[in-house]
Amino acid sequence: MTTTARTPLKPAFVRDLLGRGDYAIIGEIVPDGAKVLDLGCGEAELLEWLAVHKGVDARGVEISGEKVKRAIARGVSVFQGDINEGLADYPDGAFDYVILSQTLQETLHPRQVLHEMARVGRHVIVAFPNFGHWRVRLSMLTSGRAPRTSLFPYAWYESPNIHFLTVLDFEELADLETLEVERRYFLSGHRKVTWMPNLAAELAVFLLRAPRA
Amino acid sequence: MIVESRTVTFDSIALDSGATLAPVEVAYESYGKLNPARSNAILVLHAFSGDAHAAGISPETGQPGWWDNMIGPGKAFDTNQYFVICSNVLGGCRGTTGPSSPDPATGRPYAMTFPVITISDMVRLQKMLIDHLEIPRLLAVTGGSMGGMQALEWAVAYPDRVVAAIPIATTTRHSAQQIAFNEVGRQAIMADPDWNGGDYYGKRPPARGLAVARMVGHITYMSDDSMREKFGRRLRDKETFSFGFDVDFEVESYLRYRGSQFVGRFDANSYLYITKAMDYFDLTNGHGSLAQALAATGARFLAISFTSDWLYPSYQSQEVVRALRSRNCDVAYVELESNYGHDAFLVDVTGQTDLVRGFLASTLERVG
Repeated sequence: MTTTARTPLKPAFVRDLLGRGDYAIIGEIVPDGAKVLDLGCGEAELLEWLAVHKGVDARGVEISGEKVKRAIARGVSVFQGDINEGLADYPDGAFDYVILSQTLQETLHPRQVLHEMARVGRHVIVAFPNFGHWRVRLSMLTSGRAPRTSLFPYAWYESPNIHFLTVLDFEELADLETLEVERRYFLSGHRKVTWMPNLAAELAVFLLRAPRA
Repeated sequence: MIVESRTVTFDSIALDSGATLAPVEVAYESYGKLNPARSNAILVLHAFSGDAHAAGISPETGQPGWWDNMIGPGKAFDTNQYFVICSNVLGGCRGTTGPSSPDPATGRPYAMTFPVITISDMVRLQKMLIDHLEIPRLLAVTGGSMGGMQALEWAVAYPDRVVAAIPIATTTRHSAQQIAFNEVGRQAIMADPDWNGGDYYGKRPPARGLAVARMVGHITYMSDDSMREKFGRRLRDKETFSFGFDVDFEVESYLRYRGSQFVGRFDANSYLYITKAMDYFDLTNGHGSLAQALAATGARFLAISFTSDWLYPSYQSQEVVRALRSRNCDVAYVELESNYGHDAFLVDVTGQTDLVRGFLASTLERVG
């Protein structure tokens, strides 16, 4: 592998942040003092971390009342609501970063969500499990059933995932939405994947932005 | 916990109706200590029938305050940390000037010559109190129901005086249903011959009318679930129906008791004036839209509603939240699960406590 002075060698591994590799990448991306909205933020662990370590102005949306309760008890401004209705109220460009972490595959209208994220945020971060990973393909090929892997552990009738997508699928959607991909990160476990990500990556993190007029 | 109970008199107050009230007294209590920076004050705003006695044990009556489960050492509004103030509203009958107060022009109670008041008049008087206490900015304003309306009004009317607002189980304006229930209460009072055009002071008060008004109120504060749980169809001290119109059911007994108890502590004319103020309340007044009304506020918000509250349903809280989001304001919101109906904000305080504690702590951090 060759590197030039202008592109220093990136570490091949990411540390966990709050037990998650995608959080570690998001933690790297978001700069100090940014205004951040996390969609489907759960109990707001990531937002709290970003507020404490990066001094961000943190907001979240979460549908589960129990999780919202715990998020607010942490001191993070989260409101209980559906991702779509939540986004609709915000003015254009209200946030520096809008984050959707491992939730896109659970949304009813992923394209609409991505479109709205790019309207509300100057940058968009989407992390999702890659359905094109070789283990998923192998599982389906050998079992003849809906794939079950460590990444997709659910029986099909219990899965919260209602839309399955691969790295290539997401690239295509970003293209359809005329979003510019600023960075791509691919993970297999804690290892960064650089080669054949659609086959080798378990998790993808995209940093995108809408081309501004 | 020490309960400080005081009354302040101001020369006059100009009201929304154009009238001036002079002089005007305001009764308030406080708990905890104001810090040297005067930055830890929280103004608690009471609901329709509440008063300044929000917490602790009243040395006068021996009764706990109406939000004693929320205010005190180690509680949601921790008096070890915050200086908590609660005043009786303008138009009330528990120490602050209202229709039962003497009109200096005649020496007799104002009764129906008392000017009609609004929620923003109440808030204007509270602002005079806060100025008097030399508190530059309130760390938080909070209250449920009508108290929540005042909290919202504070954020809109005095945006630079409020760091955070916690409106609970409330609305930005009364719906037709809410106005309707208030009107039933007012008509019950005015239909009582003892009301006598409001001139009953020193005579027999309209106890029956006021009790009926309160009975209706209590029904709206509960939920179908909580009434089924609390009373069901249980009979009161009997095995079979009386086949008459005395109390048969437990729920009848409860409502009659609540009604008669209320008469002893509340003035019928205050009922008329305060319910009218609630009905007139509309946060958008003079602003065009809710979002415009909230344009100037830099406050953080925590809005809370309850699943079984059909008097102030969640959609009303969500309206404020949506308007705040459209202004990109800092707002947290949750609908808490509860069976207690509108009363939940007073009685079902476990969830509320965690929320308020976390929200206040992070607000205090931001203020520094």
